[in-house]
Amino acid sequence: MQSPSVTVNGQVAALAGAPAHTTALDWLRGRGLIGAKEGCAEGECGACSVLVARPGLSAPTRWTALNACLVPIAALDGQELVTAEGLGTPDDLHPVQREMAVRGGSQCGYCTPGFVCSMAAEYYRPDRVAAPVAGDADPDHLHGANGFDLHALSGNLCRCTGYRPIRDAAFALGEPAADDVLAARREQPPPPVPRTRLAGDGAEFVRPADLPATLALLAEQPGAVLVAGSTDWGVDVNLRAARAALVVAVDRLAELRTFVVGTGSIEIGAALSLTEVAELLDGRVPLLDELFPQFASPLIRNGATIGGNLGTGSPIGDTPPALLALDASVVLASAEGEREVLLADYFTGYRQSVRRPGELIRAVRIPLPQPGTVGFTKIAKRRFDDISSVAVGFGLDVVDGVVRTARIGLGGVAATPVRARATEAELTGRPWDGATVRAAARVMATEGTPLDDHRASAAYRSAMLSSALLKFHAQDPGAKHRTPQEVGA
Amino acid sequence: MSALSERPAAPVVGTAVPHESAALHVTGTALYTDDLVGRTKDVLHAWPVQARSAHARVTALRTGPALRVPGVVRVLTAADVPGVNDAGVKHDEPLFPDEVMFYGHAVCWVLGETLEAARLGAAAVEVDLAPLPSLVSLQDAIAAESFQGGQPTVERGDVETGLAASAHVFSGEIEFAGQEHFYLETHCALAHVDEGGTVFVQSSTQHPSETQEIVAHVLGLSNSQVTVQCLRMGGGFGGKEMQPHGLAAIAALGATLTGRPVRLRLNRTQDITMTGKRHGFHARWRVGFDEAGCLQALDATLTSDGGWSLDLSEPVLARALCHIDNAYWIPDVRVNGRIARTNKTSQTAFRGFGGPQGMLVIEDVLGRCAPLLGQDAATLRRRNFYSAGQTTPYGQPVRHPERLALAWQQVLDSSDFAARTQRIAAANAASPHAKRGLAITPVKFGISFNFTAFNQGGALVHVYKDGSVLINHGGTEMGQGLHTKMLQVAATGLGVPLHRVRLAPTRTDKVPNTSATAASSGADLNGGAIKNACDQIRGRLAQVAAERLGVAAADVRFADGQVRSIAFAGESVAWDDVVQLAYFQRVQLWAAGYYRTEGLHWDSAAMRGEPFKYFAYGVAAAEVEVDGFTGAYRLRRVDIVHDVGDTLSPLVDIGQIEGGFVQGAGWLTLEDLRWDEGDGATRGRLATSSASTYKLPSFSEMPEVFNVTLLADATEEGAVYGSKAVGEPPLMLAFSVREALRQAAAAFGPAGTSVDLASPATPEAVFWAVERARRDEGAHVGEGAPGLPPDQPDAGAPAVRPHSEHASDVLTQT
Repeated sequence: MQSPSVTVNGQVAALAGAPAHTTALDWLRGRGLIGAKEGCAEGECGACSVLVARPGLSAPTRWTALNACLVPIAALDGQELVTAEGLGTPDDLHPVQREMAVRGGSQCGYCTPGFVCSMAAEYYRPDRVAAPVAGDADPDHLHGANGFDLHALSGNLCRCTGYRPIRDAAFALGEPAADDVLAARREQPPPPVPRTRLAGDGAEFVRPADLPATLALLAEQPGAVLVAGSTDWGVDVNLRAARAALVVAVDRLAELRTFVVGTGSIEIGAALSLTEVAELLDGRVPLLDELFPQFASPLIRNGATIGGNLGTGSPIGDTPPALLALDASVVLASAEGEREVLLADYFTGYRQSVRRPGELIRAVRIPLPQPGTVGFTKIAKRRFDDISSVAVGFGLDVVDGVVRTARIGLGGVAATPVRARATEAELTGRPWDGATVRAAARVMATEGTPLDDHRASAAYRSAMLSSALLKFHAQDPGAKHRTPQEVGA
Repeated sequence: MSALSERPAAPVVGTAVPHESAALHVTGTALYTDDLVGRTKDVLHAWPVQARSAHARVTALRTGPALRVPGVVRVLTAADVPGVNDAGVKHDEPLFPDEVMFYGHAVCWVLGETLEAARLGAAAVEVDLAPLPSLVSLQDAIAAESFQGGQPTVERGDVETGLAASAHVFSGEIEFAGQEHFYLETHCALAHVDEGGTVFVQSSTQHPSETQEIVAHVLGLSNSQVTVQCLRMGGGFGGKEMQPHGLAAIAALGATLTGRPVRLRLNRTQDITMTGKRHGFHARWRVGFDEAGCLQALDATLTSDGGWSLDLSEPVLARALCHIDNAYWIPDVRVNGRIARTNKTSQTAFRGFGGPQGMLVIEDVLGRCAPLLGQDAATLRRRNFYSAGQTTPYGQPVRHPERLALAWQQVLDSSDFAARTQRIAAANAASPHAKRGLAITPVKFGISFNFTAFNQGGALVHVYKDGSVLINHGGTEMGQGLHTKMLQVAATGLGVPLHRVRLAPTRTDKVPNTSATAASSGADLNGGAIKNACDQIRGRLAQVAAERLGVAAADVRFADGQVRSIAFAGESVAWDDVVQLAYFQRVQLWAAGYYRTEGLHWDSAAMRGEPFKYFAYGVAAAEVEVDGFTGAYRLRRVDIVHDVGDTLSPLVDIGQIEGGFVQGAGWLTLEDLRWDEGDGATRGRLATSSASTYKLPSFSEMPEVFNVTLLADATEEGAVYGSKAVGEPPLMLAFSVREALRQAAAAFGPAGTSVDLASPATPEAVFWAVERARRDEGAHVGEGAPGLPPDQPDAGAPAVRPHSEHASDVLTQT
């Protein structure tokens, strides 16, 4: 194993001496690269956004924006980082920096380097294609004629500008110039991922070479903390002062990055980031397409994995309500072998599951055919990048106007994500019409055991369960009477 | 036109230039206080020991275990304070308290070689607490009559007579939330000790002079022994007007005791749980209208939630009382104010400084009463505008009310208000599950510190021998573009190109005794001072140039780096040459500038006077769409016309208007401060203490269509180069969003439904408003005289007498 190092703005820097819990943000700032800022230390504000060279689909390498406050610097061993300082200088501004500067995109300037990096990631997105924007097709005004998708900035907060000038800067961007080295870098393969071991301050970060080595390590040290996107790890380290003795990175394991569209199921590797999952699925699972844009922000989705989202066991979840509606299962791997567990049977209590010590989630399987009528509702205070107070996934098969099967996944109303079994029973076998839906909505309001908290009252949560079903029906009253989908088969 | 407001030909002010630091911002090379740590040798890091109780006596504090943690250097406690153990100017904020006043109150601080060591040390400190009864909610504090500070009243006429003569009398109440500043840069100070025990503190502060004073009194030093510098802030919004002082004092104390630089940076959790916020308020009111809907009388009592100490609560309350009229003429008025003491953070200044809270009350009254009067809200609002010759309830003539009427008409026209109102009504009738609302609201906001003495500013302008210019002034840069404007003022004042002028960071050894960069006054006060300094220098250089050009000094003009005679074919001489010549002739090339706002007077005991130099006006129309299933909404379009006088810097001003509007919309619709009001172990804890639980506006809250226009031909005679202040007033344009939400919710009920809307109007709050409208429940507004009279002030409350007025009394007596 080589001693760990990271290439930052083209310069190689050794990681030796950094404690294992050091975030990329603290490490960068400690080196005098003060462009990335700490605004929240939990991946909510994007002031620490940096660019990382990651594998891409439409080009070998994609400049991927990540929250540096959440990533252990050790996880970036052998990788290439670019910060705001590396994009341009005051005398030679990068096109993104120039547009931000001249259009009033910065006021206090503290969030600005992070915005610049997130914007640069979208600027360099290989499949960003200029296209005229039709007003009706873009009711939210979130897409520029240059192909810029403003969702790329939904994980960056600005307290000063009100965002309009930042939007204008984003929409004014052209194409990278012919001699743009970062654009050219996309055509080369991403840096290889080395095995890593970084120890210090009584703690250790390890990136094993492959799955067997990982499982062997886990069998030996079942208390190890697994990280993939480390979007939870970072919050635990920064806000809860967690200092695990052993952190094991699994996000680059080839065995956890599979993607197989079979006849009976779609298998999604647990360590694929949500951004990668969305790209690989390419519309094959419409229910997840409704979910993904509402799942945190691109800065999070670029790192966070589908396996991690299940592994963290949040009662709210983001993917679980949708995956429950799709009747998905989880593939668990350990040194003893693999087993498959229905997601509906996976969660056992608040942040508890059937996953045993020494086991990890290797993949998620979505059975085919999928339900024909699907929908996802997320209730939150803010439209972009908020945590649900209630989340509901619907998967119905409506045949000849009658509900043949119904699966409804709920988040935020119990200690775990749950199925709305009583509502499902109320719907099954009944005509998909207003009377059935109104009756079922009354049942739906009684599902789970919602609590009062700072996100919502219990009464609102219950009301939103009803509303979700009523809205789902109102949006598609004829259900278009789709039979089970052949999509992806 | 006054000498202050007159612009020379081809002025640099008024041109659209980017923020002076924009190129540094976008490249990540602009320096903030915490960015200096890596450049400073042997820095110690500070970490607070936060008590986990809403209210308790500290019975024991054992720091020994902390000192045994490797890397811990020292624990700072009350016993270490050589001067005064207090972080404020009211002496009610012990820096090291022996009584915990709110959940998260810091009782001592640990210094470590690393942040990690300091954190572990803080965790090792043992604190014994004896719990005391606590008041967490404003309602509980009012019921317990837990008040602090003065209880002022603004009164004009006889409100009982006015109500008795009114055709319609309504009464009601409202309680609305405060707001966390959530500047992206949290509080930070870096202190070191210079020779002879003098102290240098770099601080993220809006008020360096007061930070200096507090550091000095904590350390037992004179002000002259302490220097405070603020490079720039990553946002302030009022949250760094008083809150930085104690933190800077801790860092300075640590540096003094250890001889090493001390860095104190709060992380987000510490910042949000320890520092003050916008005050939430409760209001009870009675209002009278005549048959036509003209306001006749308003009787109201406003109670702010001050938190655990007074801080700036008294002046915030004064401004609230002075803005309850907003843009409306109300003949008979009685508005009382009280400040509740609760076991929460000490609530403080926040953009608008009580003005938004006062205005929310009257806008809420009009929004709820309009349907009860059978009028549309826009008509009712317009009908009640001030007209020429009328005065505010505290006795100030309302100058230029026609500008507000003009802005209102411009917004009606440019937003196509009437036609869209009709289209929305038709669309709503055809849409059972989604309804739109379109509302228009005005802003009238008084500019100047209420307390007259603060309305002064100072500056230094240096012209170097090479003709380059360095300016320094008392204001701080927090993103509002003050420095950009000041550079433009100096370039205009000296007639040089903008690039010849540089600005040095704000520090107390350059310009002393400065006022806070607050009350939107930064450009007025410091711009006046810079212009004054430039006028002095230009006057001297005019003599030099006049001799050189062979004309009278009065016939010399400075512009764009040239000094020329006014004659058409007149000769000119380069600025640089005039400067050189002046140096060799031993003419002083630098000047100290000073400015005081003329014509202000205020009696804070009587709550009468003319505290404001002028009013800033603005009008906004906002359209929202509400989803009846969830209460979620979208801000579809906003049209604003705002009065900034003659703009000093249009890009900066438009940025302030847009940013202020969205921040105001955040306060009114999204941002949700929730304290644990239960009786468990975490009573008093802020439940929304992070970015994941306290949601600020993001891109999804940006108006989808956002049109902002500056009111034309709006020269303000009383301010530098005819401009007006812009920092705070646009925040209150966001009432248009709240009122549009109210109208959209009402559209789910029968025509003429009056709707109560909670603030913030989160999706949940809007959903409940929609549900009540659907059930035709109407608003909780009492109808008919005499209504329920609001609580009256306690005769035993102390007088509101700011320090400055005491000082002038003393001087008068001697």
